[in-house]
Amino acid sequence: MITSSNKKYRACHATFLLACKLLASMALMTSLVKAEVTPEELPSPVEDSAVRSFLLIDQLEHTTTRYTGGDKDGDAVRFNTSGWIGGDYNRLWLYTEGTKVYDGKLEDADVQLLYGRLIAPFWDLQAGLRYAKPLSDGPSRSYAVFGVQGLAPYRFGVQAATFLSERGDISARAELEYELLLTQRWILQPRLAVNYALQEVRDQGIGRGLNDIELGLRLRYEIKREFAPYVGVSWQSSYGGTADFARDRGEDVNEWSLVTGVRLWF
Amino acid sequence: MKNSSPNKTRGIKSSQQYQRRHFLKTTVAVGAGLVLHRLSPAYAIDTESTLISSASNNSTTATDLVIAKHKLNIAGRVAMPTVVNGLLPGPILRYREGETVTIRVTNQLQETSSIHWHGLIVPENMDGVPGVSFAGIRPGETFTYQFKLHQSGTYWYHSHSGNQEQAGLYGPLIIDPITPDPYSYDSECIVMLSDWTFEDPARVLAKMKKFGSYYNFNRRTMGDVFRDANLNGWRSMIKDRMEWAKMRMDPTDIADVTGFTYTYFLNGQSADQNWTTLFKPGERIRIRFINAGAMTHFDVRIPGLKMTLVQADGQNVEPVTVDEFRIAPAETYDMIVQPQTEEAYTIFAETMDRSGYAAGTLALRSGLSAPIPARRVRPLRTMADMGMSGDAMGNMAMPSKDGIPSADGMSEMEMPLDATPTMSGMESPASKGDAGMDGMAGMEMPSDDMPAMPVMENGLSTVPEKAETIPAKPHGPDRHGPGNSTVAEMPVSRINEPGSGLGDAGRRVLAYGDLRRLSADGPEGTPEREIELHITGNMERQIWGFDGKKYSEAKEPIPFEYGKWLRITFVNDTMMDHPMHLHGMWMVLNNGTGVKRPRKHTINVKPGERLSFDVKPDEIGKWAFHCHLLFHMELGMLRVVSVTDQKGKVQS
Repeated sequence: MITSSNKKYRACHATFLLACKLLASMALMTSLVKAEVTPEELPSPVEDSAVRSFLLIDQLEHTTTRYTGGDKDGDAVRFNTSGWIGGDYNRLWLYTEGTKVYDGKLEDADVQLLYGRLIAPFWDLQAGLRYAKPLSDGPSRSYAVFGVQGLAPYRFGVQAATFLSERGDISARAELEYELLLTQRWILQPRLAVNYALQEVRDQGIGRGLNDIELGLRLRYEIKREFAPYVGVSWQSSYGGTADFARDRGEDVNEWSLVTGVRLWF
Repeated sequence: MKNSSPNKTRGIKSSQQYQRRHFLKTTVAVGAGLVLHRLSPAYAIDTESTLISSASNNSTTATDLVIAKHKLNIAGRVAMPTVVNGLLPGPILRYREGETVTIRVTNQLQETSSIHWHGLIVPENMDGVPGVSFAGIRPGETFTYQFKLHQSGTYWYHSHSGNQEQAGLYGPLIIDPITPDPYSYDSECIVMLSDWTFEDPARVLAKMKKFGSYYNFNRRTMGDVFRDANLNGWRSMIKDRMEWAKMRMDPTDIADVTGFTYTYFLNGQSADQNWTTLFKPGERIRIRFINAGAMTHFDVRIPGLKMTLVQADGQNVEPVTVDEFRIAPAETYDMIVQPQTEEAYTIFAETMDRSGYAAGTLALRSGLSAPIPARRVRPLRTMADMGMSGDAMGNMAMPSKDGIPSADGMSEMEMPLDATPTMSGMESPASKGDAGMDGMAGMEMPSDDMPAMPVMENGLSTVPEKAETIPAKPHGPDRHGPGNSTVAEMPVSRINEPGSGLGDAGRRVLAYGDLRRLSADGPEGTPEREIELHITGNMERQIWGFDGKKYSEAKEPIPFEYGKWLRITFVNDTMMDHPMHLHGMWMVLNNGTGVKRPRKHTINVKPGERLSFDVKPDEIGKWAFHCHLLFHMELGMLRVVSVTDQKGKVQS
């Protein structure tokens, strides 16, 4: 696959850290402002609006990919995180996703920083910015993001977003997740992700229409709620123009991966 | 009442004349003005008979209490609880009705503290709620509480600041009556139940906010799928799973914080430590049960003994003999037991979610113990808990199977997101009832999980007058916004139900409908006004409040008019039990007993329930009104009530 420099990865990481710091300071300011508006100089009887934060490293895994046709070697590290900071109704969300091959190169990276508001008991409406670099030797782009995240009936975790790139291209992504309790601590997590584009974006290897589908099945054991090693499989398939671009690069359009990793949250 | 105690004799004893056991030798500082620093209260560790130093009328002497963190040995581990006078629970405060008491409270913490006298009607500035009735006791400061006692009974005290109460800042408060109690007993003891975590309570709360089910290790798994399919068939199992999943609710959500982190205490001791009190065969023992748990409802029984309730929330009630009772956080129940044999008895307080228990022993001598009863399977919430009851449930009068929660009602449940409250099948109560019948097949559940008809097994037929409770009423169109995840479409009275997981084992279990005030001079007055408050919550995000708003979104006090009867009606839209506590005035529970309606300071509202109480505000001022599940309160389930006179004046 394609390569990218460590620099890019570091830049990505630095963005992440910067965002965290930014959010933390904003949170602090919010809480200071709150403390001043209590009436009659009495303390509030309860503190129901504390600023809280959450960081979930849902995937931090080693993947061994078995190609059905291509000729590339497929060991890599993948990560997928989501987090928020804020109150009950208004939050800043941070999503990161990426793949890094073992020789130190970042294959792809995706970072989103969104403001979210709880608009219904199970749903946040989100808007913000995204920085993505889907191919290691391709260009990076910035996007405006508009989406929702929440819990759909039947307990499906949902994240859906549309992206408008700086060049005016429109694309969308939907992710669906479920948690199946085999026991109190053995949990099976199926996951589906679909990417779709309205326009072809040749330099990023994106075709028009359905780009790709990724199906994952991960079995974790929650040693603690916050710490759960897992094993799983992941299947990814490209379609249409996206598949053609992949073939042109000598890549496979159908990949099976074995994954082992750890799920963490703080 | 067939279960009334035969012992309604009025030959009573004053507390000074009788030997009582199991109060501190010395920690009752009252009257003597002693402040003691022992590592554990005497009533928690003693197993010998003790002559109680009873209440004194010497009201000139003050009681000194010191709030500080102390290194204590708790359940075999060293911990740093926040306690009063170095004791967990704090010292027993014992006074006499009519006295004016002076209590000096010194705060040695690094943060503001407070003590609230739970259940006592005191002037506003003595109530001890920082942010409502005073500024709190600052570090290093001594605050002097002084008030006259206009009541008697079993009460307790606790901090009303942050997480201090659940860090150990609580203790019993007993007020002996001027006129003797109208029941007799030979000895007495206090059983103060509580929950303790070795985690920082703030950390527990933080985890809940990130993942609401963090402490629930009793969720339904694939194993339950196969078990339920075997018991009820695949179709009904799948239907049941689909219904809960569609709502995005978990029927095992009985308690937010569980035995996974909690050690449950009886008088500050874990079940292993086995707190013991002694008795002589044949003697009548009055046990003052107090639930000081932060987040825990306990189901209490003493296998082998009947318990006769004589007092609830410090108020004398007509005796009711039961095998078991549920005690919500902050409630008190005084039970008289009379062991006739020489065996030991276990006081067994299992948590409502069955994730743990507190236990102690009644025995002839120390060192004896009785078996710990078999643990029960955790209950499941039902469609009735989701406020999906058929119409028949609301009337309660007909002991027919119509009362089984409607399964078809599920399809009528609209989530706020879906926002299409068309509610087919809601046009007439009759059609709703029919739906309930149709849905029955699909709702068969394992009997150990769900008491199908707890009401029926609780002796309803023997007490027909209980039927008069408030009628069911469909939920209005307001679904309370994003701060609330479900609404009870058809909230009903559940006043005669013992609660989730109770009433199905052939035991006589106390229900609110059993509470009848002892004195005939019952509360009078017709409410001129009614306020309907919906108890709401967003389970995923752990937002708790009323009408979809947490306290910070609704700081404006609820106006109460001085001296005028008022009715508050709760609708519990959530699937949790919420023990509601109103400061500064009695809540007269409308439980269908007319002039015998009991006065309570804490009323547990069941999931999906519609319940009302009347109140006569007779203390001017601002009062806290909140859920006594402390994290619910901290997360916003609190309101301030403002009692003003005709001129609208609020005394501050």
